[in-house]
Amino acid sequence: MDMGSFAQQFAQQLINGISLGSIYALIALGYTMIYGIIKLINFAHGDIYMLGAYMGFVATTMLGLSFVPALIFAMVAAGIAGIIIERVAYRPMRNAPRIAILITAIGVSFFLEYGMILIATPQPRTFPAVFEASVYNFYGLIVNSQQILILVISLVLMAGLTYIVNHTKVGKAMRAVSFDADAARLMGIDIDKIISMTFALGSSLAAAAGVLVGVYYNSIDPLMGMMPGLKAFIAAVLGGIGIIPGAMLGGVIMGIVEAMVSGFFSSTFRDAASFVILILILLYRPSGILGKNVKEKV
Amino acid sequence: MNSIKKHDLATLGACAVLFAIVQTLLFVDFIGPFWELNIILILINVILSVSLNLINGYTGQFSIGHAGFLAVGAYTGAIITVKLGLPFELALVVGTLCSALLGFLIGLPTLRLNGDYLAIATLGLGEIIRICILNIEYVGGASGLMGIPRFTTFAWAFWITVFIIFVIKNFKNSAPGRCCLAIRENEIAAETMGIDTTKYKVMAFTIGAGFAGTAGVLFAHYFYIAHPASFTFMRSFDILTMVVLGGLGSMTGAITGAVLLTAISAVLAEYPEWRMVIYSLTLIILMINRPQGLFGSKELSLKMFRLGGSDNGRATESK
Repeated sequence: MDMGSFAQQFAQQLINGISLGSIYALIALGYTMIYGIIKLINFAHGDIYMLGAYMGFVATTMLGLSFVPALIFAMVAAGIAGIIIERVAYRPMRNAPRIAILITAIGVSFFLEYGMILIATPQPRTFPAVFEASVYNFYGLIVNSQQILILVISLVLMAGLTYIVNHTKVGKAMRAVSFDADAARLMGIDIDKIISMTFALGSSLAAAAGVLVGVYYNSIDPLMGMMPGLKAFIAAVLGGIGIIPGAMLGGVIMGIVEAMVSGFFSSTFRDAASFVILILILLYRPSGILGKNVKEKV
Repeated sequence: MNSIKKHDLATLGACAVLFAIVQTLLFVDFIGPFWELNIILILINVILSVSLNLINGYTGQFSIGHAGFLAVGAYTGAIITVKLGLPFELALVVGTLCSALLGFLIGLPTLRLNGDYLAIATLGLGEIIRICILNIEYVGGASGLMGIPRFTTFAWAFWITVFIIFVIKNFKNSAPGRCCLAIRENEIAAETMGIDTTKYKVMAFTIGAGFAGTAGVLFAHYFYIAHPASFTFMRSFDILTMVVLGGLGSMTGAITGAVLLTAISAVLAEYPEWRMVIYSLTLIILMINRPQGLFGSKELSLKMFRLGGSDNGRATESK
């Protein structure tokens, strides 16, 4: 491979990686917000993303909606699902040992996956082409309209989230609860309401990712959330768990690394690469790229 | 290690009686092949949950990569018998040792982490092991290693399980075992008392990983095949669920959890499409109602049923 074609290949994988990475970033945001606020690795989050993809499928095929209303429909539906899950499965366990809540989260994850198999059969479904896929060629670099769409929608949603968290009352309350829940309660913040809001926001972002993946790969299935869910979690850890810009950064880095590994080595090692990143980051910088090192006090 | 006590001999006798009953029932074909398979699976799951309990329950190190060690045991065992044509006994020993060695190598760097970070690191390592196996052509790659002879019998599985339970129980009551318990209760305090925390954490992790390897050898030699898809992180979650459901830090809890969950999934096998839905609902409901697990960190023993009976601290452990 000469230098020119290497550079071209590199740039191409970079483009693929960024669009894949924005998907991870959207899912990772929910992980990081939920972890930040109740210290729970919500293993069911990847399945919310799957649920969102199915909601988008229902909206486009059965209700005949066009792309943007379908996206909003999926986000609202997943947001409600997130609130219900938190209310039914996690809230009764607020004071339980953390490992017990984690097991509950695994249970919820199984329930969503196999419940969906029961309703929608395990067969993959073809996501309707809501967009005309046009392919642009910039000096040999191939970019298709879906990739641009993914990037634009992700950026809009992330900007929206950043605005909500940093400039609204609810966002301020969220930051307060994640900083110190007891103090926040003393200041008159309704913690349960804020946690519900966090689940709703995180879940709707995951649902948006699900719809975008449906549009991008044209195929959705009930177990599609397992691997991306895990990788998005790695992305959240990579960026520094609990930190919102960290999740975005982590997601994009994960996407780029995966695209590079599958482009230059072999796609069978793609998953291993993300886990190796995870181990390395945990061993050398466990608080993540943007995280601060916190010393344990006795 | 403690010397063998009268209590242990009584338990051993009970095990022998149980073994004789089940073996007779198997011999006269009262138990069909479906339940025979599930009994072996229960025993394998008991080994797995008891060994994970040593790491998670007694030492308090949150590991969720147990399926990786199961895979290492299964594959090394299968290489010994299939590729090298050596006896099954050797496969059991080598499978256990390889898995323990890997546990040691992995444990040394990762056990510096704690809490959720360790959990997610072990999850990742388990997946790395699986993906590596998936890419090794020598052991069949993605299609798995086939043609493994069925050497695992009920007798093998049963007595190995009893042996492992006995070893782990005695380990817990030994000096290193008590160091592990101290680490679980408060790592910083344990360190201040002069306990080499890394040493004991790695020790527990190595032993747990080794026994998971033993379970892997038994597993591969019962189901004729070692396939990478049987060792995903979902399998690790299964094992973790058994331990937590039974009660983290309780030996009898881990055993009950393994028996209960394997049996539930066997009973539900008739309704394949509802099986996992009911399984997951059972899990959620049980965890919401008994977050500390069925037994908490207590041990199930006859003493528990003696109303107001004096508790000499041997059977139950105050937490």
